[in-house]
Amino acid sequence: MRQASPSSAAASRLREQNGLAASTGRIFALVLRYWYVIRSSWPRAAELIYWPLVQMLMWGFLQTYLAQTAGFAAKAAGLFIGAVLLWDILVRSQLGFSVAFLEEIWSRNLGHLMMSPLRPFELIAALMAVSLIKLLVAMIPVALLAYVFFGFNVLSLGFAFAAFFANLIIMSWSLGLVSTGVVLRWGLGAESFAWLIVFIFLPICCVYYPVATLPPWLQPIALALPPTYVFEGLRAIVLEGAVVGHLMLKALALNVIYFAMGFGAFAYFLQSARIHGTLVQMGE
Amino acid sequence: MQKPMPQSHGALPPPVAVRELRKVYRDIAAVDGIGFTLESGSITALLGANGAGKTTTISMLMGLVIPTAGEARVFGADMARERHKVLHRMNFESPYVDVPMRLTVRQNLEVFARLYGVRNLKGRIAETAEEFKLADLLDRPYGKLSAGQKTRVSLAKALLNEPELLLLDEPTASLDPDTADWVRSKLELYCRGHAATVVLASHNMAEVERLADRVIMLEKGRIIADETPADLIKRFGRANLEEVFLAIARRGAEDGEGAP
Repeated sequence: MRQASPSSAAASRLREQNGLAASTGRIFALVLRYWYVIRSSWPRAAELIYWPLVQMLMWGFLQTYLAQTAGFAAKAAGLFIGAVLLWDILVRSQLGFSVAFLEEIWSRNLGHLMMSPLRPFELIAALMAVSLIKLLVAMIPVALLAYVFFGFNVLSLGFAFAAFFANLIIMSWSLGLVSTGVVLRWGLGAESFAWLIVFIFLPICCVYYPVATLPPWLQPIALALPPTYVFEGLRAIVLEGAVVGHLMLKALALNVIYFAMGFGAFAYFLQSARIHGTLVQMGE
Repeated sequence: MQKPMPQSHGALPPPVAVRELRKVYRDIAAVDGIGFTLESGSITALLGANGAGKTTTISMLMGLVIPTAGEARVFGADMARERHKVLHRMNFESPYVDVPMRLTVRQNLEVFARLYGVRNLKGRIAETAEEFKLADLLDRPYGKLSAGQKTRVSLAKALLNEPELLLLDEPTASLDPDTADWVRSKLELYCRGHAATVVLASHNMAEVERLADRVIMLEKGRIIADETPADLIKRFGRANLEEVFLAIARRGAEDGEGAP
């Protein structure tokens, strides 16, 4: 048996582990890790911009064409481009959240993270921050190009844009929490869930058409989803110049509920993964 | 065969205390009611054939798997419920877990040093890089390193926070003999210098004989031997631990229990 000695020497080389500063330090460490990945590969950074750009161009040209042939589309200048930009905020942010987590499994690093002092809520906070960074990397150039190509200035929506943005990103985090939890519990076999979950909301949240277009039985479901109010709000501004504050408050109230449910689902799946031993089989 | 749990360790709880630990997956007991306590500064090898319960035991010590019954305590903390109280005092190394491939060695060490809250980050990274001959590799992506170089990085990562408890899962698997010997020397040096407690899962019996003070042998989730390597060799009347391991494994196979 080797001589035992007090651990104070080693402990003095570590910072305080509890409290806000310690948590912030660990969140920053993880954000830094994802930032290094983005920075290490220009194709990766370009990939972030690629699909939003393609979508924006496609819908922008379609709208330009319709504006020449239909009175409604001429009146609704910016409707489709605005919708596609907002939709991409939801999609890119959710994928940014989920893919950052998948990176840990692909690189077989999850064991190291789970074994480190990183708390689950810090992991979530880091994923949220990373999704925001990836979103900004993707959407700022695309929004600028939308102005250059089609004269659509997303900032012309004013305060409403900030409300739209906030509501969509909170919803994307809720979806990210659920999809990440599912992958934690069932491993890479459930990876496609993380990629596809958001797209079920494309038809139901009425991205390109009013809620009234849906069959009556589907309308209450649409109205129970925060993004529906965002897209209704966009149409209200572009078509009628209406105030959308009440719509955004409804979306925010629903988002609080969905985020709490997402957090609960993540915590449940993490605990379930620890019970079923799937954390240590991850990536296999 | 199980050693009784010491009743008291004075003011400080033991680094590891496992009591009636059991983990059942569906109807199969991966770990079946094991118990042991590790003393500070000891190196203990967990041995056993594939599926004997080594990885499950280590996973419960890390708090990554919740026991079906019993408890695994590290520095007094129940790892199923209070792992975050002690995770900064531990670390682990395994060739089956990687660090991000795209990040350089320096970036990886920086991220983990921040996660563990290491003070004097740059100084500690430089010190560790020097110690593990990584100074020339610091700016190379981890994914472009050889197996031996990757092991050195993993080991550097595992020792960044100067852990008091180190969990090693086959630390020299797939390494050439020279690199494996170098790794063992580094581990020995660290444990002596820091009085660190080590739990080592390995299939390399020469490694276990060299490093371990104590061997806990598992079979079908149960402890079938718990003594020093020398006592174990003597009890089985064999020349070395490799022969003991084979004797136990073949006995199990003849009983229809230990077939690979």
